[in-house]
Amino acid sequence: MSLNELYRGVILDHYRAPRHHEHLAAPDGSAEGKNPLCGDEVTVEVKVEDGAVTEIGAVGVGCSISQASASMMTEAIVGKSRPEIDDIVHKFKVMMTIEDSDEDVVDPDRPGAALGDLEALQGVRKFPVRIKCADLPWITLEQALEDLE
Amino acid sequence: MSDLTHLRSDFPILAREMNGHPLVYLDSAATSQKPRSVIDAMAEFSRTGNANVHRGAYTLSNDATDRYEEARLRVAGFIGADRREVAFNRGTTSALNQVAYGWGLYNLKPGDRILLTLMEHHANIVPWQLVARHTGAELVYAPYAANYTLDRDKFHELLDERVRIVGLTAMSNVLGTINPVRELADAAHAAGAIVVVDAAQAVPHMAVDVKDLDADFLAFSGHKMLGPTGIGVLYGKLELLEQMEPAEGGGEMISDVQLEASTWAEVPHKFEAGTPPIAQAIGLGAAIEYLEKVGMDAVRSHEVDITRYALDQLGTIDDLTIYGPTDLDVRGGAVSFTLADIHPHDLATILDQRGIAIRAGHHCARPLARSLNQPATARASFYVYNSPGDVDALVAGLHEAREIFGVA
Repeated sequence: MSLNELYRGVILDHYRAPRHHEHLAAPDGSAEGKNPLCGDEVTVEVKVEDGAVTEIGAVGVGCSISQASASMMTEAIVGKSRPEIDDIVHKFKVMMTIEDSDEDVVDPDRPGAALGDLEALQGVRKFPVRIKCADLPWITLEQALEDLE
Repeated sequence: MSDLTHLRSDFPILAREMNGHPLVYLDSAATSQKPRSVIDAMAEFSRTGNANVHRGAYTLSNDATDRYEEARLRVAGFIGADRREVAFNRGTTSALNQVAYGWGLYNLKPGDRILLTLMEHHANIVPWQLVARHTGAELVYAPYAANYTLDRDKFHELLDERVRIVGLTAMSNVLGTINPVRELADAAHAAGAIVVVDAAQAVPHMAVDVKDLDADFLAFSGHKMLGPTGIGVLYGKLELLEQMEPAEGGGEMISDVQLEASTWAEVPHKFEAGTPPIAQAIGLGAAIEYLEKVGMDAVRSHEVDITRYALDQLGTIDDLTIYGPTDLDVRGGAVSFTLADIHPHDLATILDQRGIAIRAGHHCARPLARSLNQPATARASFYVYNSPGDVDALVAGLHEAREIFGVA
């Protein structure tokens, strides 16, 4: 995937029109994530009922990769149970080579089957310095979920 | 435009490709590239001259000491100082910390003030915060005006009898602004303060004479002036260096060591604890020799020309905002900008794919970034080896970024 394809697809769409880009009225858990090197910031808030994330907000400033990753993450997470969320987080990290694994989390013949729009972020792997941008909202989500406990 | 294109072939790295394109290096404010003469001087020393300095009773060590001290003499000549006023260290950050911990810690008391500018790099902020915490002194900041030069009225207003130290950059690494050091130093001295100058961006790019500036302390780094990393310089007025305490103790910096206390070596050696960066000092000496051959007036006028061209060309791009003075008399070759709603990191990635290296981020000056209301900016910075063609490549890359991001 070329750089242009990476940017032109869903990443720009999410960057320009981020989903769930607002604070929750009464979050059960929240966390602030910052990348001190580049200044990217994101706050993730979750509302949980019966073990599932029923509402999520991700508000931040930063580059298109970090903010699109946050936006796609909110869509992938909302309505999911904790085990489902853990599975998505794991698959994302394997896809981005943040976690070592031999698993094929993404099926090239069925794009979007495992992680939906998030699979567009695969292209970021070719730009190692930007992987941490994609990862920031996910680390922050994990912290927000820990904040519940 | 002044023509220094013949210098490009002196820099081996400029011949390499980056992501399938010729390397266009526009990040000299972060670190400069090295000419062959610097690389060779260091390699030659390691091959044939290496020994520790100031301690060996053998010829190889004596020769190494001579070469190390020759480098000091060359630095002193370059900035108009006495050789005893030049202490080597790791770089500007280390030099500024030495002043904070060697002078600030012993001379500040509760209620005293340290006056900084809002343009400072973290290296001229954080050491003072640490020392303020120990001494009870407080920090105050002089802002910049609408044209991105220092707000002199505000500076003079803040400069009252409580101010003991004035810390200021001679040239901002973000805005490019050149501050009127002599004028500010005169005012500071009249108010009873000492002046600590961060010259990391100034010494590489313009003629600097410490006596003309009347700086009390002045710090700069080798790697931003065609030299190697790991070497920096602290200049201090002789009488101040003699009063100042060392921030680091160890070998090489003592006169005598007893069980409970020690006495210090003569300046500048009391500020050079441990084995110094010997090969790096020799590399810095070679870098200064190179710059002197080009001539600092030629260096400055080349950068004025290329910065003028860059400001003109960048000015033709819609939705591009430049943060810094437009008056070339008061600015250097660091040009910070943003383009529409494209984040600077995305710009840097797009340009990188075309072989163009720029900096994106807060440039180690978060208070300044916050005051600009821009958590990050993109920055192109120029040096002797840059050409108008480099500016053209940057401009073409920025047009592509606009197109990729669909900026209408």
